[in-house]
Amino acid sequence: MENEILIKKGAEAELYKSTWMNREVVIKRRKSKSYRNPDLDRYIRVHRTSLEAKLLSDARKLGVPTPIVYDVDLNNTQIIMSFIRGPPLKNLIPKMNKEYMKKTFIEIGRLVGLLHKGGIVHGDLTTSNMLIQNDMIFFIDFGLGDYTKDIEARGVDIHLMRRAIESLYYEFSEYAYESFIIGYKEIMLDEANDILKRVIEIRKRGRYVEGDRHK
Amino acid sequence: MKIYIMGIESTAHTFGCGIVTSNGEILSNVKSEYMPPSGGIHPREASQHHSQKALSVIKKALEEAKISLYDIDGVAISLGPGLGPCLRTGATIARAIALLINKPLIPVNHCVAHIEIGRLITKEEDPLVVYVSGGNTIISAFSDGRYRVFGETLDIALGNCLDVFARHLGLPHPGVPKLEALADKGKNFIFLPYIVKGQDVSYSGLLTTAIKYIGKYDSCDLSMSLLETAYGMLAEVTERALAHTEKTSLLLTGGVARSLRLQRILKSVCEEHSARFHVVPPELAGDNGAMIAWTGYLAYKENITIPIESSFIKQRWRLDEVEIPWRMRY
Repeated sequence: MENEILIKKGAEAELYKSTWMNREVVIKRRKSKSYRNPDLDRYIRVHRTSLEAKLLSDARKLGVPTPIVYDVDLNNTQIIMSFIRGPPLKNLIPKMNKEYMKKTFIEIGRLVGLLHKGGIVHGDLTTSNMLIQNDMIFFIDFGLGDYTKDIEARGVDIHLMRRAIESLYYEFSEYAYESFIIGYKEIMLDEANDILKRVIEIRKRGRYVEGDRHK
Repeated sequence: MKIYIMGIESTAHTFGCGIVTSNGEILSNVKSEYMPPSGGIHPREASQHHSQKALSVIKKALEEAKISLYDIDGVAISLGPGLGPCLRTGATIARAIALLINKPLIPVNHCVAHIEIGRLITKEEDPLVVYVSGGNTIISAFSDGRYRVFGETLDIALGNCLDVFARHLGLPHPGVPKLEALADKGKNFIFLPYIVKGQDVSYSGLLTTAIKYIGKYDSCDLSMSLLETAYGMLAEVTERALAHTEKTSLLLTGGVARSLRLQRILKSVCEEHSARFHVVPPELAGDNGAMIAWTGYLAYKENITIPIESSFIKQRWRLDEVEIPWRMRY
């Protein structure tokens, strides 16, 4: 496509900003890996592209704001989706007052609850993967997501969220996390208990730590 | 003054004794590997091999190092993770030596030792480590005082998966090089379960399916497909960890590190991320006593020793449980 501007280069895919049918869009393109067998490489890219597109639109049906999928192109293993201007939640947190923070994290808790209740896990819940636009919280990047009601997978989702909160806003992290749990329980009800128990276990394992980015 | 540390390794099928100095010189590194007459490693039989060979291995290590037992300043023992009977044999021997020469016993985690000897040899200060063997499949990097696990197998180890498949094909031990030779002649790719969950891999379903396909498909094609799938999964989580941690070098170690095919794949991952690629040489990548001795020295320097009466073996001692005080905090 013309006028593609690279906005992010991940381990698996590249993100470009562009226009498509007069709309501002993001193109997520999974690149071929030279180290993989070509048949296997093709299969993985096609499979994941279609899975991610499905997750994005199914999450939307559950009431979780996500980019609108305009086009899934399995030949080029790319998804064209609506551009969400942002900013990422990560940038907003330090500017939040306590009241607004509480409101925001209760809402995030609700949204994660809606995903989990609907049988979806995100797989990479960090504050960089949530964008705020028009007072709505958009979840992006379902590249590690899956359809599952597995307690471990749900627990990892919540644990990652907690780690992300702690790394950004240490002073009020307990408060933010508690707000998150209020929203999560509102949707998940009693189902939340086993998952939150698992979160404590996962935390004890001490392996899902942030990388050295914040050193 | 130079310090001499002896290291005893006996977590699985290798009994090893190594002697290092505080300067990082490896004076000796002697080992004896248990080879099962058929089938896999039976823990009890491996431990009997260890007790039979221990004396000659230790004697030879001392001879090659040209020192006497009484020159040793500390005895490092690999207390886990590993096979219970094998660990107990090694621990009993190490305790006896420590008591005999009246020097401290130093507890060493086997996985930490693989990383530390790799750092010593390659002179890489802070690499991402890919540790693959018959018993472990771990992607680890140092962060906040410990070697954190960024990815690992959810069930069986990579080496175990390949060894068992090789045995089912009737290939004698060690199976992986023979499997790779077959794979070189493979032409058609057969789809097998490719299981990556977030940062982790799972090899048990892949193995089961590959075994089921024996006889249905050409062995060369099947071997090639198994290796491509298994190594591809590892490469993917390695790449993700490399991108996430932003480390500038990668260290490949463990018994499976000698696979040229795997080396080629991971090297290409490194090139894409402009990271330096290192493979630990086979005599130090496979289980050995020198790595236990060297890590023992690092611990000894920090006064980490263990009284004989509480030197229990730990079959499931995780890498990320161990504090690493000898490394600067990043």
